[in-house]
Amino acid sequence: MSEAVSALKGASFDGFVTVKDTGLHGMITLRGDLASDAVKAAVQDATGAPVPGQREVSGADGNWVAWMSPDELLLIVAYDAAPQIEADLRKALSGSHHLVANVSDARAVFRLSGSATGLREAIAKLCPVDMTPGAFGPGQFRRTRMAQIPAALWMPTDDSLHVICFRSVADYAFNLLKGAAAPGSEVGLFS
Amino acid sequence: MSTRLANGGRLLNKGRALEFTFNGKRMTGVEGDTLASALLANDQMMVGRSFKYHRPRGIVASGGEEPNALVGLGENGKFEPNQRVTTTELFDGLTCASQNHWPSLEFDVGAINSKLSRFLPAGFYYKMFIHPRPLWKHVYEPFIRQSAGLGKAPRDRDEDSYEHFYAFYDVVVVGGGVAGLQAAKAAGQAGAKVLVMEQTPHWGGRAPVDGGEVDGLSVDRFVEQSVSELHAMENVTLRTRMMGAAVYDHGYVMGYERVNDHQPDAKGPRHRLWRIRAGQIVTATGAIERPLSFAGNDIPGVMLASAVRDYAVDYGVSVGDRTVVVTNNDDAYRTAITLKNLGLEVPVIVDARPSGGGPLAGEAVALGIRVENGKGIAKVKGGKRVEGVEICTQAGEGAALETIKCEAVAMSGGWSPVVHLWSHCGGKLLWDDENVMFRPDGDKAPTGAEGERFVIPAGSADGCLDLASVLDNADAAGKAAAQATGHTPGKGAAPQAQPETMTPIQAVWMMPQGASYKLRMKAWLDYQNDVKVSDIQLAAREGFESVEHAKRYTTLGMATDQGKLSNINGLAILSDALSQGIPQTGTTTFRPPYTPISMSSIAGEARNETFQPIRKTPMHSWHEANGAHWEPVGAWRRPYCFQKPGESVHDAVNREIKQTRDSLGLLDASTLGKIIVKGPDAGKFMDMLYTNMMSTLKPGRCRYGLMCNENGFLMDDGVVARLDEDTFLCHTTTGGADNIHGHMEEWLQTEWWDWKVYTANVTEQFAQVGVVGPKSRKVLQKLTDDDISNDALTFMGWTEITLKGGLPARVFRISFAGELSFELAVPASHGRALWDMLMQAGAEFGVTPYGTEAMHVMRAEKGFIMIGDETDGTVIPQDLGMDWAISKKKEDYLGKRAQQRSHMTDPTRWKLVGLETLDGSTLPDGAYATADGTNANGQRNVQGRVTSTYHSPTLGRGIAMGLVLNGPDRMGDVLDFPKVDGTVIKAKIVDPVFYDKNGEKQNV
Repeated sequence: MSEAVSALKGASFDGFVTVKDTGLHGMITLRGDLASDAVKAAVQDATGAPVPGQREVSGADGNWVAWMSPDELLLIVAYDAAPQIEADLRKALSGSHHLVANVSDARAVFRLSGSATGLREAIAKLCPVDMTPGAFGPGQFRRTRMAQIPAALWMPTDDSLHVICFRSVADYAFNLLKGAAAPGSEVGLFS
Repeated sequence: MSTRLANGGRLLNKGRALEFTFNGKRMTGVEGDTLASALLANDQMMVGRSFKYHRPRGIVASGGEEPNALVGLGENGKFEPNQRVTTTELFDGLTCASQNHWPSLEFDVGAINSKLSRFLPAGFYYKMFIHPRPLWKHVYEPFIRQSAGLGKAPRDRDEDSYEHFYAFYDVVVVGGGVAGLQAAKAAGQAGAKVLVMEQTPHWGGRAPVDGGEVDGLSVDRFVEQSVSELHAMENVTLRTRMMGAAVYDHGYVMGYERVNDHQPDAKGPRHRLWRIRAGQIVTATGAIERPLSFAGNDIPGVMLASAVRDYAVDYGVSVGDRTVVVTNNDDAYRTAITLKNLGLEVPVIVDARPSGGGPLAGEAVALGIRVENGKGIAKVKGGKRVEGVEICTQAGEGAALETIKCEAVAMSGGWSPVVHLWSHCGGKLLWDDENVMFRPDGDKAPTGAEGERFVIPAGSADGCLDLASVLDNADAAGKAAAQATGHTPGKGAAPQAQPETMTPIQAVWMMPQGASYKLRMKAWLDYQNDVKVSDIQLAAREGFESVEHAKRYTTLGMATDQGKLSNINGLAILSDALSQGIPQTGTTTFRPPYTPISMSSIAGEARNETFQPIRKTPMHSWHEANGAHWEPVGAWRRPYCFQKPGESVHDAVNREIKQTRDSLGLLDASTLGKIIVKGPDAGKFMDMLYTNMMSTLKPGRCRYGLMCNENGFLMDDGVVARLDEDTFLCHTTTGGADNIHGHMEEWLQTEWWDWKVYTANVTEQFAQVGVVGPKSRKVLQKLTDDDISNDALTFMGWTEITLKGGLPARVFRISFAGELSFELAVPASHGRALWDMLMQAGAEFGVTPYGTEAMHVMRAEKGFIMIGDETDGTVIPQDLGMDWAISKKKEDYLGKRAQQRSHMTDPTRWKLVGLETLDGSTLPDGAYATADGTNANGQRNVQGRVTSTYHSPTLGRGIAMGLVLNGPDRMGDVLDFPKVDGTVIKAKIVDPVFYDKNGEKQNV
């Protein structure tokens, strides 16, 4: 089988924070009744993480469950594991109204790392999100706008941040992040 | 002459000289200078020519309100016009040039206008250049354009970068003077998260220049102490060189940070536009001094009294050895006292008030300064610089009592609080008769969603004019802002300053009060737009009584300074001319931004590669490397065609069509929308969305469907595949994917919220390739061992196959070109690999990639409609002869009711037909078929229009589709389509299916 490639094939940029295309992740859209035991159990079995609360993300280290809307989750897993997890979820939820779709190839994911204050600043230049420590941090998940495209953010740790956008605009998103992290453009706000 | 003093200049570092040029002339300033102070230090009194009369103009002010001293700053990619020298910090190597002069600043031909000013009154252009009409475009306008205008538009690309920044605060304090600092301290101490922004590089505003004591400290020490206290607070952010540009609804504040204007070679953005959400906004924006309206008040050397004082104290610059001070209030005496103490001469203080001033006047007299009460300036003598003034009685008509020689005139007509930000979002003003000013009406603040006020004025911006009341007022403002954002302010008192005794100001709108017409037409109100007292009076006489009308008729306050110095004076003159009170006249509307901000800062990151997002398919880079001629489709870029070296676009399209019809073509169809609709009620939902019956579609089958909005008009079309009993996959048009997904969710969330249906937009998950042409099955069979024969996969069927190597794919046997064809969908991460595979496997069949134009021509040859060509938002399926796609069995679908309305069932609606030109040429896009006679507007009657038109290489002639009156009943009729060159193309009405009418080619 041909090798699956991400839109930017691991490109990276060193500014006042480092911006890197993380390559492919397994991603599964799950829509259903998030309060139901069936969904809770299925999500836990698939990822080892519980269903997150509103605007939150659960899990760690490449196995995350992100809250997308009151009836939608995004499961982020290993790329190769996604088809099996997708099948398992369908089976587990077969008795209830749901939608499961493998969307592992639909997106691009960037990792910002380095200065903890710097990555907050880079994002605050592009997204109308309060990036002040305390207002946003690990455990939270935010769907937002990054300049002219939809995007979503979460912080796996205090000094790293992940941005998801659609695959077709990966180039644009990378250029945005490069500009926002350009040396000399530090704002000095969160330090 | 103006010069640098030996002493003084509290903002300067005289140890570091900075070189700069003005109109090519080399000059020297020092670190800490503004361009204004540096020009004055070099005796550059005249810095520009006025807009209309080309009169010599000099610096009037010391801050953002400056109307005259605008320059073109920088060169090439760093050039920017209309930069105020008063807010431009000097840097080494600065270059600038004055504006609005020709051929030179010193000798200007346009100055003849000044001699003709009698004949160029307000509204002159409106009256003069209206007739004869044709002359406007060819004579008047080019002439006026050449003589008008301020700076020149930049010719080169802007070299700098710009960015936005989103920030969130409880309290945003605009202005870093004593009021802003005190308000911030009060709010910060209460625990609120506070941002303080100051437009200059310095804290303290003008308090350090005006002096005073606070809690026993000199005011400049108090400022230093406040700033260091604020720096120590973790919940307070301090930013200089950042202007509060605008206040919008819901506490949205625009902050304009000039990051690198003062160090243009530094890394980083030039400007940063802060987009701030604030719980409460404190406007500590200070006040602006008003000029006095006397004849010759625009001659270089006539300045605001406060500006003369600022240049002396802050920058150690004397505007002239002898400065006459003219005032109607006590504050201007500070200028006289300051100058005298610096060893400069003040020949006289002309005070318009008959009984003169208070304690400050006494101080001036004690210093030996002559004070003339009840007097005014009849006129200023001089041309390119002040040479003297004629003193007269303020109550009189301007007869000169005495001529006094001087180089500078410091004028003060009182102070106007800067109420702009208060007013941006609806804060109202009241007229304070005692202090002769408009100030914020605390009872009519801008209000938020709950009716709560969200802007609080502080200090001079609230009309407080002495240090003691400024501090009290600002402290209360800061505490109120903290309270409103859920914090508990401290109970401590505000810092104490000694209250000042002042003699009241006297309103003086014209000097002298009975000035003759000759004097009035030399008394400037709006320096930048050259509006005089006489112009406003003329506007009033001609019936422009509303202040908004008078403004537009005379252009008062319409220049880049937005009338910061002129508005109040102008509306007072208007009120006087109309014999009504100033509050009855009212002000014009204050609109953002406070002073002009750069267009680039508004654009932010939206330039160059990030001007706008361009969506790229997984095969984009292959297309780019293989001659793609791009076409934007939605936000995507799709290849219009693939040009071979030396090949024209037209030839490429023809080649792609021929090769595809003869053998094999590939189309990157990844951009098509793909939406999953799933759930027990999915069939019911699909029947409502589409005009066709979708619920009867069997798993494994595909059906073409039409989607209408609730007004009955066609909005999208595409092939629906049923994936399983519960699940449909809807293909949408490229541009329609997001809208259609939103449309589905809207109906599900707002109307049919109890239906069990989920949708997901999986457009980007799949790369999709159309494999098209008689050899398509052959090439596909090379890539899979699965059975894709005509028996296994029939027309309008789909199946899952595994490609050699193990990649799973969906194959849809559908055709938009009219040939045997398949669409292959694989995960996007494998899209490029699939494309490469197909190109390789297709080589033996002479495979060609083809673009959107070949796709369009081939579909038109087949008579297939295209959303956006055959439809334009006013077309219903019935117009297109697509009644076959409208289910008669269904009780309802979106658009059904609308399509039954009388206008929709009108038999005279234009209907779709094919059009064949008699001479074989191609009809112009959008051409109309004319009919006999003319309509009520005298235009030719029409009876149809072209919706799609192409040269068909397959048929070797032009083909078209169009909507025509009674079209389907008029087969064979010939219509006239006039072209823009006056000639007419004749075209015959034919069946819209031009190629393979029986559909045999796609069914093999």
